[in-house]
Amino acid sequence: MLAESLFFSAVLFTIGVVGVLTRRNAIIVFMCVELMLNAVNLTFVAFARVYGVAGQVFVFFVMTVAAAEAAVGLAIIIALFRHRQTVNLSNINLLKG
Amino acid sequence: MLTFNLSIPSQLMAALLPDLILMGGAMLLLLFAVWRRESLAHQRLVGLLSIALSVVTLVAVVVTMYRRGTAPPGPIAVDNFRWMMDVIILLGTIGALALGIDDNDRVGTTTAETHVLILLASSGMMLLAAARDLMIVFLGVELMSISVYALAGLNRRSVRAAEGALKYFLLGAFSTAFLLYGIALVYGATGATGLAEIASRIDANDLASSPILLIGIAMLLVGFGFKVSTVPFHMWAPDVYDGSPNPITAYMAATVKTAAFAAFLRVWLEAFPAEFGSWHRAVAGLAIATMVIGNAIGLQQRNLKRLLAYSSIAHAGFILVAIAAGTSQGASAMLFYLLAYTLATFGAFAVIIVLSRGDVAATTDDLSGLWSVRPWLAIAMTVFMLALMGFPVFGGAGFLAKWFVLKAAIQAPQPQIALAVVLVLTTVISAGYYLYVVMVMFMRPRSESASTPMETPAWTQFVMVSCATAILVLGVMPEYSVRFANVGLPRMAYRRPPGDASPPPPFETTRVR
Repeated sequence: MLAESLFFSAVLFTIGVVGVLTRRNAIIVFMCVELMLNAVNLTFVAFARVYGVAGQVFVFFVMTVAAAEAAVGLAIIIALFRHRQTVNLSNINLLKG
Repeated sequence: MLTFNLSIPSQLMAALLPDLILMGGAMLLLLFAVWRRESLAHQRLVGLLSIALSVVTLVAVVVTMYRRGTAPPGPIAVDNFRWMMDVIILLGTIGALALGIDDNDRVGTTTAETHVLILLASSGMMLLAAARDLMIVFLGVELMSISVYALAGLNRRSVRAAEGALKYFLLGAFSTAFLLYGIALVYGATGATGLAEIASRIDANDLASSPILLIGIAMLLVGFGFKVSTVPFHMWAPDVYDGSPNPITAYMAATVKTAAFAAFLRVWLEAFPAEFGSWHRAVAGLAIATMVIGNAIGLQQRNLKRLLAYSSIAHAGFILVAIAAGTSQGASAMLFYLLAYTLATFGAFAVIIVLSRGDVAATTDDLSGLWSVRPWLAIAMTVFMLALMGFPVFGGAGFLAKWFVLKAAIQAPQPQIALAVVLVLTTVISAGYYLYVVMVMFMRPRSESASTPMETPAWTQFVMVSCATAILVLGVMPEYSVRFANVGLPRMAYRRPPGDASPPPPFETTRVR
């Protein structure tokens, strides 16, 4: 079980990384980050089967923090949308150099 | 000498007292901030109360430090390294709040909650300085980062601020995921999240070359690399610094970096001393790349905020040299470096606040001939630039900071000669932009169209004068600087890398107390 879970979470994490690096929509990029975080959660749960409860406690922390992060992140995305009427990262180019 | 038993809740609370004062006070202030109708006077009052709360916390930190408590390995550390880091973090917090009050009077972008957000970010940083468990490291990083994401986008009228905040948020969350995956893999390899426990299990189970552990450490390095903005993970820094309000930029450049480095160093030296051979080359490579590229790109900048952004990237490289040394001496050098860097950065941003108009960032052209209209401003900026460069005597603490790092690198059991050489050479390169700023202020004529900078507001002046004084005083009285650096020596287990028979570093003998 452990090897399969770890492999699966590594695949999920990689999908998330590739998504962040290739997608251009801020919301999709953010969803890819969440995918990465959940891949980590899966890793923690898998290891918790071996080492005991600490890994599962960590998962609760990660979920709580991810929710807080989503609240702030979506607010920032909305703030930008009010200025530019788009959340496409290719159009975000005022700051350069 | 008192020992905190961290498994008893009341003693754990006592060991966390300064952090709890700051967090509890910040919560009460948040209530107070939103209680009344938004007005300039109310915002100012909340700002002043926030400064008062930071001062109270600072006093609590110093008092706790002088009680000289210790604690057995547990979730949080009780040692001088933590308290000295707290002092630097709180000085930065007071600086950011003071600059924020003035900036708000002028630009009016701040709301009363902003000051509270700074306090919450600072409590996350103090948690980071105390963290001795990867779980606490994660919570501290997130408490700090989430508050700072919001602070970066503070100016809702500015599209540049919104862009900067979005970049910071997406890359910050991305790096957090790496940090977290690193933590998960280290937990998977060792079965522990406490730093001391990780180190002992690596030793006991002979895990030094376990692939899961090595991948985990690499992921952690990427995560921390983003947070302290080392090359190649630095791309966000100039954009975010450029877009954010000036006081917040100073806070991000100095204080966020301080806290991230505190956790970075503790994790590296306390959890992975046995892995020195594996991580050392990676950290040294990052340090060299960061020093060279940060300083080289800094040469091309004319926008003062971007210039300081690249300067802050370069400084991350200098500080990494202290970590790469891998000794307690390196840790105390890093501590003093962060103090000097915090003072110089806040001073420089105070000058930039006086020079900038509205949302437009000041450039080096705004500085030309500053000497002829505002001589004291020009002198203050000169001190800060020389301190950032590490110029002897006139650069004050900045010079000593570089000197301590160099000494730590050369006296390490594995002498870091290459790193020391690169550090000196890139410091010479950095003179190209720091001294250019000084040259422009004193030797260029003031252009006809240039407007005279505004009168320096009281709090900004306070930050400027106290930073410049502290830099110069620490510079001409090296015994105080040595003492500051030595008080913060962390009680960290030092272990020689395998196959190395040289004597341990001589830091214990230089201890002044």
